[in-house]
Amino acid sequence: MTDSKKVIEILKAIGDKIQEQKEFLTELDNVIGDGDHGINMARGFGEVEKKLPTLDGKDVGTILKTTGMTLVSTVGGASGPLYGTAFMKAGMAGAGKNEIEMTDFLKMLDDATEGIKMRGKATTGEKTMLDAIVPSIDAMKAEYEASKDAKKALAAGVKAAKEGVEYTKTIAATKGRACYVGERSIGHQDPGATSYTMMLTVISEMI
Amino acid sequence: MVGLVIVSHSEKLAESVVELAALMAPETPMAAAGGMDDGGFGTSYEKIYNAINSIYTEDGIAILMDLGSAVMTTEMVLEEMGDRKIKMVDCPVVEGAISAAVDAAGGGSLESVVDSAKMARTMNKF
Repeated sequence: MTDSKKVIEILKAIGDKIQEQKEFLTELDNVIGDGDHGINMARGFGEVEKKLPTLDGKDVGTILKTTGMTLVSTVGGASGPLYGTAFMKAGMAGAGKNEIEMTDFLKMLDDATEGIKMRGKATTGEKTMLDAIVPSIDAMKAEYEASKDAKKALAAGVKAAKEGVEYTKTIAATKGRACYVGERSIGHQDPGATSYTMMLTVISEMI
Repeated sequence: MVGLVIVSHSEKLAESVVELAALMAPETPMAAAGGMDDGGFGTSYEKIYNAINSIYTEDGIAILMDLGSAVMTTEMVLEEMGDRKIKMVDCPVVEGAISAAVDAAGGGSLESVVDSAKMARTMNKF
């Protein structure tokens, strides 16, 4: 499916995407949170981008773990420990690998999701990033099982993640800063679910 | 003596909670870890890490946090620090800090200081 060189390119592209969408993510967070998601993610991935040249030639695990640790130390909001834990867990699952297949990618996503659930003490249906992540992984697994085609599986994952983002508009937040806004958060999409969907979209476009 | 670390999204808030608690318990070791490295709003892994190290003793440390990333980032710092005598307390930060600082100044153990901080969850103001 991909190799460590490509993973570095993808991380750079994710950083560019986040940078480009910084204002949009911040606007979403202004409505139901503390308005820092875009700024924080852009700062975190900006720092990741600075580290990427030093990761040239390293295995996928090291690249992702370094990404996670950088996000934890530089993001400053909840997305720091959450995405940080996710990338670190994915990195552990990818330790020592220079090439990864779709099955490895799915295992990394599974471990990352467990990390997010553990760190955020969260589950689906609470208007968080998990509402995009969990259905997207389910969709990728089902499509890959059926077609053994990574590209198709990723496309199915992006579609399900986008539907997940739409779903977050229909429910009230019960986790994170948005739970203070409660019922008034209905009608607004979750910024974390949105940023995850952007990342998965970048991956799917580059594989 | 048990120490206290105050973690907040706001640099000023964390520092002020420490000042406020110190009025009642000037001898209690306390450190503030508020805001980002540049002073902006958010929580800083490095600030929390350094605040703990600046006052850590074998008597232990209780950490009080505001919410969200303050809690999660503190968890990650503690996982990194391994087996040290540190407890995170789920309580209102201002009232909990005053209650905990006074207990610590009186020689309370870490368990006692944590319990005192937790009392702030149910203490009526009027």
